[in-house]
Amino acid sequence: MERDDLIVNDSYALNAHHSEEEGVAIRKKIYMVTAILSVITAIEVGMGVMFKRSETFTWTAIKWTFIVLTLFKAGYIVMSFMHLGDERKNLRNAVIIPYFVFILYLIFIAITEGLAHYGMDLMFH
Amino acid sequence: MSGEAKAAISKEVLWGGGRSPFSVSYGKMMMWYFLVSDALTFGGLLIAYAFWRASSVDPWPIGEQVFRSMPGLEGEFPLAYVALMTFILIVSSVTMVLAVEAGHRNDRSGVLKWMGLTVVGGLIFLGSQAWEWSHFIHGSGGCFNLAKEVTITNPDGESMTLLAGQRVYMDHHFGHLMEMHLSDPVNVPMTEDGGHVVLTELGDHPHEAHLHALRVNKYIENETIVEGDQMMKLWNARSENFAFGAPIPGLGADWGGINHSEYATQQGFSNFFFFITGFHGFHVFSGVVINLVVFLMVLNRVMERRKHYEMVEKVGLYWHFVDLVWVFVFTFFYLI
Repeated sequence: MERDDLIVNDSYALNAHHSEEEGVAIRKKIYMVTAILSVITAIEVGMGVMFKRSETFTWTAIKWTFIVLTLFKAGYIVMSFMHLGDERKNLRNAVIIPYFVFILYLIFIAITEGLAHYGMDLMFH
Repeated sequence: MSGEAKAAISKEVLWGGGRSPFSVSYGKMMMWYFLVSDALTFGGLLIAYAFWRASSVDPWPIGEQVFRSMPGLEGEFPLAYVALMTFILIVSSVTMVLAVEAGHRNDRSGVLKWMGLTVVGGLIFLGSQAWEWSHFIHGSGGCFNLAKEVTITNPDGESMTLLAGQRVYMDHHFGHLMEMHLSDPVNVPMTEDGGHVVLTELGDHPHEAHLHALRVNKYIENETIVEGDQMMKLWNARSENFAFGAPIPGLGADWGGINHSEYATQQGFSNFFFFITGFHGFHVFSGVVINLVVFLMVLNRVMERRKHYEMVEKVGLYWHFVDLVWVFVFTFFYLI
């Protein structure tokens, strides 16, 4: 049997060695992602300081902006820094799909139940 | 950058046994599965926090009003320190990915340099978190409950009615002397002097603190600073119920009985804050330890004998995961 740790042809496998030129290209990508992550964080902090929480449409929009920016950051960290984007599609799906199946259901059920007291208020008052 | 990972391999060969269908080593695949399970744990914790928050009827603390202190500085810097912590963790993630990259070029000195910097970044982050925890445990000055309803005029000239039981917050220096006054009333005389209150601590180093202002609705909406005569009105309506710092079992101050926490406009907030940042901090700590171990392995030329630096890549995955979790903690605790 072919030993996993002897796969030679994969750029992220054990015996694969990058040339200096490949290294330069990878580092360029790393610095680009660093800049993106820093800029997104700066925008988030700026928005956090500027906008006060309130029960308005604007706050809802800001809240969702935070969540979307966070997901962008998470995507860059997982796909680029953890280079899941460079792995086989099988591995990528085996990691991401089970996670989202569980977490999306959990988010749905927790928020539904968490907001249940609003319904109770209507029922009892 | 893809190579084997992107190479087209016929399904019969790929899944027919005798080779890894994922084209990764066993160790790296298990690290991924461990991270999936750990991410579910953190996801569960953050969702529990969301559940608590959504089901709470009391006002929830506002991040930029709670997190606005800087070590060694007076005054307010909303989110500045936590932004710095976030940036430090992102930078340490970058140095880690550069260490992995150097490993793929068999550049031993590069791996040592970048891993060393990663460990330093991790330690700075841990130190920052220790400071933040200590800040919350000691409190920002404490608060007391009003014994009766009081109507005051706020700085905008509007009249404001505060109900009995409403929390009123003191400032840092005064609050800390007040805390001693409550534990040892004899040694700390208190005098009222026109528009302010003076506490004097007697002992080896006599010390005075003045109360010029009180805050109402601290940490939540409509935060207001009350001064002068109006402040004295609030001060004179105080009850015996004082609270200082955050509720750490065995550590937190336990005066009076307003849920034992000056942060507890919502007790759940501080409970979840300490649990989740603590669990994350524990991951950072173990990440630093594992990074140090791998650093020493590289130093001892273990990777050269193995002819590959995959260990650096695996510990790198764990370290990036720690950064990934912090990105979410930062959003849900500090921003939203």
